[in-house]
Amino acid sequence: MHGLNFDVAHLLAGSLVLVSFMMLYQDRLYALLNVFALHAVVLSASVAWQAYIHDAPHLYITAAIALLFKAIVIPIALHRMIVRLGIHREIEAVGSIGPTMLAGIGLVGLSMAVMLRVTADSDLLAREDLAFALAVLLLGLLIMVTRRNAVSQVVGFMSLENGLVLAATGARGMPLVVEISVAFSVLIAFIVIGIFLFRIRERFDTVDVQALDRFRGERR
Amino acid sequence: MSWLLAHNVALVLLIPAASVGVLAALPDYRVSAAVNVIASLLTLVAAASLFAARPAADAYFLVDDLNVVFVVLSSFVGFTTSIFSASYIGHELETGRLTPAYLRFYHAMYQTMMFGMNLALLVNNIGLMWVAIELATLATVLMVGIYRTHEALEAAWKYFILASVGIAFALFGTILVYMSALPIVGEGLQGMTWTTLVAHVRIFDPALLSVAFVFLFLGYGTKVGLAPLHAWLPDAHAEGPTPISAVLSGLLLNVALYAILRFKMLMALNSDTISPGPLMVVMGLVSLIFAAFMLYRRRDIKRLFAYSSIEHMGIIVFAFGMGGPFANFAGLLQMTMHSLTKSAIFFTVGHVAQVKGTQKIAEIRGLTVTHPLLGFALLLGVLAIAGVPPLGIFMSEFLVVSSTFARAPWLAIALVFGLLIAFGALLLRVQGFAFGEPTGSTAPVRASYVPIFAHMALVAGAGIYLPPMLVAWFQHVAAMLG
Repeated sequence: MHGLNFDVAHLLAGSLVLVSFMMLYQDRLYALLNVFALHAVVLSASVAWQAYIHDAPHLYITAAIALLFKAIVIPIALHRMIVRLGIHREIEAVGSIGPTMLAGIGLVGLSMAVMLRVTADSDLLAREDLAFALAVLLLGLLIMVTRRNAVSQVVGFMSLENGLVLAATGARGMPLVVEISVAFSVLIAFIVIGIFLFRIRERFDTVDVQALDRFRGERR
Repeated sequence: MSWLLAHNVALVLLIPAASVGVLAALPDYRVSAAVNVIASLLTLVAAASLFAARPAADAYFLVDDLNVVFVVLSSFVGFTTSIFSASYIGHELETGRLTPAYLRFYHAMYQTMMFGMNLALLVNNIGLMWVAIELATLATVLMVGIYRTHEALEAAWKYFILASVGIAFALFGTILVYMSALPIVGEGLQGMTWTTLVAHVRIFDPALLSVAFVFLFLGYGTKVGLAPLHAWLPDAHAEGPTPISAVLSGLLLNVALYAILRFKMLMALNSDTISPGPLMVVMGLVSLIFAAFMLYRRRDIKRLFAYSSIEHMGIIVFAFGMGGPFANFAGLLQMTMHSLTKSAIFFTVGHVAQVKGTQKIAEIRGLTVTHPLLGFALLLGVLAIAGVPPLGIFMSEFLVVSSTFARAPWLAIALVFGLLIAFGALLLRVQGFAFGEPTGSTAPVRASYVPIFAHMALVAGAGIYLPPMLVAWFQHVAAMLG
């Protein structure tokens, strides 16, 4: 039953998890953005392959959005923003790389253990996709919690959204409305975040979120 | 009239949607504040007409006894808040905290949020509901950050990040629900339609549905403000404009709660899934007790009432988690009373903070001397929210406690403990606001008392007498919730 179709889909979805791992240990902003672009390219390929094997042409649109918007437009825009803000130096991870990677492995193990067990009746490809998607989602969360920099938190959030797109395409015949909305929410999210980043710059001269935490509303 | 009844669902959505465009284009803030009030009033009229007539459920919209309660409540609070907002923003403009350009944006976002919430409540599709809640959230994120101070930006950023993570979990849960429906109802829109899901949920894969509920509960629970996912809530309430604090507490939390309740109903129909009750009871109780203790350490008046919202959402989720007609009835009543009381409190607090020029609790003293009407309104509001008899919240809390005592005495003890802790904190604080040596400005205030006292009259009235029609309606909804 494991035809070429399944193998390629499996390979692409698995690669997405792998690229998520690569994002975990990038400690420079530029490198993080480049890996995120790769993440989006892999996602796009994965979605396009699903569109091909399920004969669902509307998924090509999702793939195109992932490729154009997430792999090209956003990384370039963030790249420029980083240059303009002058923060292209190192980004600090909260934990060291070793424990972070171990935590990531734990999360992937968790998502496999949960999703593969509960989807025993679904078709094999959907099971794999959902398990990988949950892994990407949790790794995205891990990226967000281990970073203190607003730009890398945004990147973590977008990789999390990539996991959602993978899950949505894995669920066969899921109405288009949801896929577009995911893409659209990313767009809005980006605009919102963009505005915020510039406002943060305007007010704080830094995009380090830790600096924000000092401005608690409840100073004595 | 018959035209109104025939198109009421469309009107509830179209009025806010159309006014977004109008408000974005209107340059004069006085005109747009008036348009905002009128649009909210028209929405309320259309929503109220849902009581009289409702269309049959179709592929897009579903109107039943449950969501009519939510729609009418949110349009009512939306309307009264728009009146309060009109007087609030006038003052903000005078003090230069907001500019006319920002007000245009503010009004447009206000109606965007109302549209998003009404859409989320009325739509018959779990995917669209998710989109609508996301839309309402983004609108509020933008409004929370509108002052562009350090604190406002931090609050908006935190709100945005936490809400996005929550909403991501909710979407994953939604996808899992679709996956569990896929083998039975087939591909396409059917697998996301409430009415189809409800009809077939008995034979869905229970394991997948259980995992889906956990994600949905965590996701939408973040928006309800349940501890430990509540971190965004106090900041967002404290740093945004006060009308937004009122609608956040009064409405947006309810809409997220509505989503959880819908999925709980779905789960209840499939006997092999995990039972959502214990999960909700635990999270509700944790939120209640945590927030009750946090109330003591607040130094900012809006944060104080934000934590009180967490506390009350905890009670409400607890009540719905206990389930059964009695506890569900208590939960519905508590939710209604909390929305009305908390928004009235925020209206008062908004005027108080404006006239005193501060939100610090230590600097607000002796309000009943300097501003008697505002001071006593705040006193009454705090007494109501703390659960002093015979006001409405006392009655609903009494119902929650007594229904719990009958079934799980130990839980009831924990519940009463949390309620008493919160009660103590609120009474302690209100003494400072209302009495004591007057501080700060004694300048007269142009407050809009009508919404404040309208809400308080409803709350006080409900504590003494509930109309039989309302009781019957709530009883029916409570039975629906199972």
